[in-house]
Amino acid sequence: MTLRLVLIAAATVLAIFGLAQADAYVIRLATIFGMYATLALSWNIIGGFAGYPSFATAAFFGLGAYITAVGQNAGLPLPVAVALSGAVAALFAGLLGTAILHLRGRYFAIASLVVAEVLRELTNSWTDVTGGGMGINLPLIDGSVIGQAQFYLVAMLSLAAIALAATIWLDRSRLGMALRCIAQNEDAAQIIGVDTRKAKTFGFMLSSLFVGFVGGVYASWVTYIDPTDVYDGALSIKPILMALLGGVGTIFGPLLGAFTYLALEELLWRNLLEFHAGILGLMVVLLVLFLPGGLSEIRGRGLFHLLTRRRQPS
Amino acid sequence: MRPLLEITGVTKRFRGLVALDNINLALAPGEIVGLIGPNGAGKTTLVNVITGVHKADEGDITFSGRSIKRERPDRIARLGIARTFQVVQPFPAMTVLENVTAAALFAGGAASIAEARDAAAHHLEFCGLADQAGKPASALTLAGRKRLELAKSLALRPKLLMLDEVNAGLNPAEIDNALELIASIANRGITIFLIEHLMKVVTRTAQRVIVLHHGRLIADGPVAQVLSDETVVEAYLGRRFAERMAGAGI
Amino acid sequence: MLWLQVFVNGLAVGGLYACIAVGFSLVWGVLSVINILHGSLIVLGGYLAFFAHQQWGINPLLFAPVAGAVLFVLGAGVQGLVINHVMARPFLITLLLTFGLNLFLDNSMLALFSADYRKVLLDPPLGVFDLGAIVVPADRIYATVIGLILIGLLALLLRTTQLGRAIIAVRMDRDAAALLGIDVRRTYAIAFGLGAFMAGCAGALLSVIFPISPVASAGYLGKAFVICVLGGLGSIPGAVLGGFALGIIESFGALFLGPEHAMTLAFLLLILLLAVRPSGLLGKRGFA
Repeated sequence: MTLRLVLIAAATVLAIFGLAQADAYVIRLATIFGMYATLALSWNIIGGFAGYPSFATAAFFGLGAYITAVGQNAGLPLPVAVALSGAVAALFAGLLGTAILHLRGRYFAIASLVVAEVLRELTNSWTDVTGGGMGINLPLIDGSVIGQAQFYLVAMLSLAAIALAATIWLDRSRLGMALRCIAQNEDAAQIIGVDTRKAKTFGFMLSSLFVGFVGGVYASWVTYIDPTDVYDGALSIKPILMALLGGVGTIFGPLLGAFTYLALEELLWRNLLEFHAGILGLMVVLLVLFLPGGLSEIRGRGLFHLLTRRRQPS
Repeated sequence: MRPLLEITGVTKRFRGLVALDNINLALAPGEIVGLIGPNGAGKTTLVNVITGVHKADEGDITFSGRSIKRERPDRIARLGIARTFQVVQPFPAMTVLENVTAAALFAGGAASIAEARDAAAHHLEFCGLADQAGKPASALTLAGRKRLELAKSLALRPKLLMLDEVNAGLNPAEIDNALELIASIANRGITIFLIEHLMKVVTRTAQRVIVLHHGRLIADGPVAQVLSDETVVEAYLGRRFAERMAGAGI
Repeated sequence: MLWLQVFVNGLAVGGLYACIAVGFSLVWGVLSVINILHGSLIVLGGYLAFFAHQQWGINPLLFAPVAGAVLFVLGAGVQGLVINHVMARPFLITLLLTFGLNLFLDNSMLALFSADYRKVLLDPPLGVFDLGAIVVPADRIYATVIGLILIGLLALLLRTTQLGRAIIAVRMDRDAAALLGIDVRRTYAIAFGLGAFMAGCAGALLSVIFPISPVASAGYLGKAFVICVLGGLGSIPGAVLGGFALGIIESFGALFLGPEHAMTLAFLLLILLLAVRPSGLLGKRGFA
């Protein structure tokens, strides 16, 4: 088992550095893939494992982006700023979680939906620090254009790899088991001794940690962010679609989903910039209408459910 | 001997409706006690108050000498109180083995998932579900799911096990099997609180019976004594039946 | 006196706000759907009123029921043809679906009407009611009164007609309603249509007060969230109470924190309220 994990890790590292040799377009796409995959894997922790469909991804993403932006402008080196982004996002999730994770179903959804709105407005009005609606610039990293592209590619794909490793760990851990019990029957989970509040909060924090990291790297990558960009509601929705596509609550499903989603996005959007949000909307409608499954069947049932089916415990 | 569970003056109201009215009772370690009463008497509410699902408005509940009145359900489970649900509550997408493993892991004190799985296999064997271990819980028959509830409860390694209508919906042969299982659980020294509205089940298994009626405790004593108590018979079977029994000299 | 003025400013939009939220609340209560499309429907109602005014000079306040009727057809169609297919699935699915529809409608309006803010300019303007110590813009009072009348009619429809009883029956127990011979899917379509009707009316009423733009739809949806959570989701009296509560909160928020923070304050309130009292100020109430 350990040998297999080492081999997989080695192959991943080789693949990442191999991809870095490709041309600029492929590098850009692969970087976006890394970002999407991390977001989808993160959402899957709270939305898939725990069954709490969070719509707060955009909030943690924007928070991470702004922490890195503000941190770098205050002189922090990039890695420190990004680490801080993750930490603050996770901490914020912990606080938010104590307030809203006792809500179930639609109430949780609505509460999580408005978090990004609140943060966006606060960012907008805290002009001294955030630059307000005008946005904020980040310092360029050193190196050639292609060198910078390679750097962000490696950074994003590494985050995806770490998020994947965390998911594999979670699947075998006590916390993962607790979250799965909660997803299936929260009252019964309590009765068998699961500290549901603690488990949900940890799950939410773990999920937001990676979103915070990604937001930070994204901000540095694009070198300029503004509130409408990084608190965009679509950032909350896309990871859910990816997880649904690949298989909610599975380990590799979100990865496959992110890949498929990105392919669709590229195919459909390239010539339709004017109407890209409308196309995204249509895509959502079609996916939702034609994805298989019913109430309990959402779990694990993506387009690739044969590939991502959870193995039976031996 | 110090009681395992002691309930003193517990009252629970729902929006003005008194569901439990000044309940006092105690369970000694190792006892099998039946709790009976017509539908709506407050039996399940009492279980919910003990397990922390509802909080008592008044009174106190102590377990092994410490108050558990303000504890959350998961904490109470870890302290050693297990319950089964009237409507069975498995984790439907997990296998039978995984269901019991989870119980052994979180309240059963298992140090690792592997250890919990070993314990779970043992409990499934005990409850006669070993051959179903790999099935998803949703694929079990009703009798099978009731056994799964028992196996899960045992995996919590409880000191007190509350069985809320475990026999509801089972046929006579299945009830016999279930009662046998309950008796062998009691032999392990686990205190059993048997909540039933089927009188027969209680009389066969329990040593002592407590009767609830309209949220009040109207009788508490040995089976034979309680069953001959006029108020109990009246509450339970109606006035007319009580009169007939009195007339027949029973 | 300033405080009285601020208070009255809040009251003046209360009925209008209730009108914004009541359709959302109806759909939440009866269909268990979080209708993300609601904000876009309001904006669409606003555009209908704007163009009716531009083309034919119809006063948007009077046009409101017509805008509502158009949206009823649209809403019932969307529910009947699209959303009904996934009603048995978890709310996450219906939420995503209405989100997709919302993106599509918003983007379509953006492409057709551009993001420019349009404003209905009534000629002559409605002016203000001058009550001595305080003044109240007449357009707000009219909009609020008409909004409340429309809500009253909706409540009457739900309470007294067979259709309304069918909707309430479906809300309380879908399966039992089906056993009573109620066509559940048709009832869903009508209930969603009624939600869209109220959105259309609200949009038309809004158009005399606020500028219209597709980018405003998220803001109206947000208001609907807050109002419903304030008053209790899924009830008409709750929506009315929540509408006035939000109007007053926004009014005072604007006074103390500046107008740009009024909505943030409302959202923070929403999270706080959900954290401590998810059933709203009125507690759980149905449509009966």
